[in-house]
Amino acid sequence: MPVLEQPSDVLRQFCHGDLDAFEALFRGHQREIYGWIVRIVRDPAAAEDLTVETFWRIHRAHARFDPMRSFGAWARRIATNAALDHLKTTRPQADLPNDLSSPTLPDPSISDELRRKIAGAFRRLPPQLQVAATLALIEERPYQEIADALGVSTGAVKVRVFRARRFLRKELKRQGIEL
Amino acid sequence: MNAQDQKRIEQWLKTTLPPMGPGVELRHDLWPAVLKRLEARPPAMPWFDWVLLAAAAAWLAFFPGAIPVLFYHL
Repeated sequence: MPVLEQPSDVLRQFCHGDLDAFEALFRGHQREIYGWIVRIVRDPAAAEDLTVETFWRIHRAHARFDPMRSFGAWARRIATNAALDHLKTTRPQADLPNDLSSPTLPDPSISDELRRKIAGAFRRLPPQLQVAATLALIEERPYQEIADALGVSTGAVKVRVFRARRFLRKELKRQGIEL
Repeated sequence: MNAQDQKRIEQWLKTTLPPMGPGVELRHDLWPAVLKRLEARPPAMPWFDWVLLAAAAAWLAFFPGAIPVLFYHL
């Protein structure tokens, strides 16, 4: 995912609370941030709200931003935290929206019931494991990128992905599904 | 869990929850919503929060020995 870099004067003005600079940064990054959030929460309406929430948090924290660092990476980290907060408050009772399914046809070797059980087990993952599993196993994002977004080491991301796999296996086994 | 099991879980996950395609685009400009959010007044602190805060402050003033215990539990 491309990280748009901004001229340093825009970043400096943003640090001082300049609204025009903030708008310039918003316009340069809103699509990227939305795309990142929607990959995590898999719900376009929630992702739009969380994009607004992310930029509100960014504006609120403008004085803490270091203009020598990447605005895109900082914004993505804030977006990941906002998405995590959302998952913590909405799960596990909320259904994953299915209007985002890719245009590919479902795999005929997997029954609807199995698909439903897998989706259910996935929803029951603790949010931090769910985010790591979504980004690493489904979206196939690089571990380093996930680590940067979560503010942890790549080792920690690997551990979370491992735990997510183990959790899913146990959940499926509990429902009578052997791998 | 062996490598084959890991692969199968990944395959099932991707089939059940396919990756977001390039078609997942932002449908409209969110700047007006951001501006509205920025202009909204921050929610006022409820009165019971003030009461709780005052009670905690009074408690700590009367029992300063509880401060380390508080920090420990934080």
